[in-house]
Amino acid sequence: MTTANVTRSIDARGMPCPGPLMSLIGAIREGRVGDVIEVLSSDAGSRTDIPAWIQKAGHDLVEIVDEDGFARFVVRKAR
Amino acid sequence: MPARVVVLGGGVGGTLVANLLSKRLRRDVRVTVVDPTGMHAYQPGYQYLALGQANGRWLVRDERTLLRTDVDLVVEPAIRVHPDAGTVQLARGGSLDWDYLVIATGARLAPELVPGLTEGSYEFYSLEGAQRLREALRRFRGGRLLVGVAGIPYKCPPAPVEFVFLVEEYLRRRGIRNRSEVRLLSPLNRAFTIESASKVVQPLMAQRGIELTTFFNVESVDPSSGVVSSLEGEKAEFDLLVLVPPHRGQDVVVESRLGDASGWLPTDRTTLQVEGHERIFAIGDATNLPISKSGSTAHFEAPVVASRIAALVKGSAPRSNYGGNVMCFLETGNRQGTVLRFDYEHPPAPPQPSAIWHSAKWLFNRMYWGVVPQGRLPERMPIPVPRGRSTE
Repeated sequence: MTTANVTRSIDARGMPCPGPLMSLIGAIREGRVGDVIEVLSSDAGSRTDIPAWIQKAGHDLVEIVDEDGFARFVVRKAR
Repeated sequence: MPARVVVLGGGVGGTLVANLLSKRLRRDVRVTVVDPTGMHAYQPGYQYLALGQANGRWLVRDERTLLRTDVDLVVEPAIRVHPDAGTVQLARGGSLDWDYLVIATGARLAPELVPGLTEGSYEFYSLEGAQRLREALRRFRGGRLLVGVAGIPYKCPPAPVEFVFLVEEYLRRRGIRNRSEVRLLSPLNRAFTIESASKVVQPLMAQRGIELTTFFNVESVDPSSGVVSSLEGEKAEFDLLVLVPPHRGQDVVVESRLGDASGWLPTDRTTLQVEGHERIFAIGDATNLPISKSGSTAHFEAPVVASRIAALVKGSAPRSNYGGNVMCFLETGNRQGTVLRFDYEHPPAPPQPSAIWHSAKWLFNRMYWGVVPQGRLPERMPIPVPRGRSTE
């Protein structure tokens, strides 16, 4: 379970790369500082792409949770 | 009474589906294409226009000349679809009744979504934009030339990579390459959306001295200072900026409340029916499918929709399904190119760039008007599977 209060959840399961990352980028664009965004992705590439983008963009990766057949990325918009 | 099929949009998908339906069903169908301009553009040619390698006359034809004589053409914008009534409202007050509707309205360029983009950058995604860019390139005497993408999804995913290769060659030919920096701004952590294609093109970019900035999601352009800023907090100075504008679905889709938040039609990936509407189909850029927005996609989707509608008209069960078939050429400059062939199950394995695929692209460019709208090319393209990888 995620400890942070998720303000927006994106179900990108089944979406091929770069769909999950682009969905996250879209949510960050529209969100406010402090928002916590959760992305569900079954694409293996998200495991590297999403953390790499979060680091470059200066946001916080709260956690990655492995679920059955997908991963849950929880991100806090930091700026 | 013949079945009434209305096709919204006279691009590659709309024209092909109309011609195929007319050919298959003959007197059992009345097909009407509705298009706001009545002109059909070969959009992959815009980049050649910008680079001075093609003229506008080659790229645009009267839609009437591409349609079979028994297909009706209405040159007028469609403004709203009424699914329950089975009608389409037209801009000048009339309306058309349909038994089956095909939405092939393509994508709308939405430069207004990025502050400063219209004033500060050039594009090759419209005829007018390509003509403006051609003049800007002619005036260019060297400096920082940046090429990028201002939003995903966009039409023809290889186009920005192709353009950066071709413009680098263009600068060399003009003798101003040594005074120029050429850089690709990518929204991803690689040059291209498809990883296997990035592995082919990135070494070539490095060989040609084309710089790559990754994770650069364009946020705004400052035309006065010549700076483009990213969502990630970076800034890049430019003397000439070429950006693919953001894309959105067409107004008729939005007004009809059929699209998602960006105006794309929620579409079944195999039947190509608009979700919740058995008699409405979508093809090409208008859909929300997670595959390339390209003429090739529309080209391979159109026979599926034509076959399904033909079956329904004849009272049989539709059996044709779309498997995600796409084929795109990718120019890599120096008269070389590669090809991306893929479907839902098989990712592309592009061959090393060679003169063959460059020639194949130019052959296709020349053949387009005589074969594609009329349905004279194969309806499916086999996907080559690399050695050691099973198709199972």
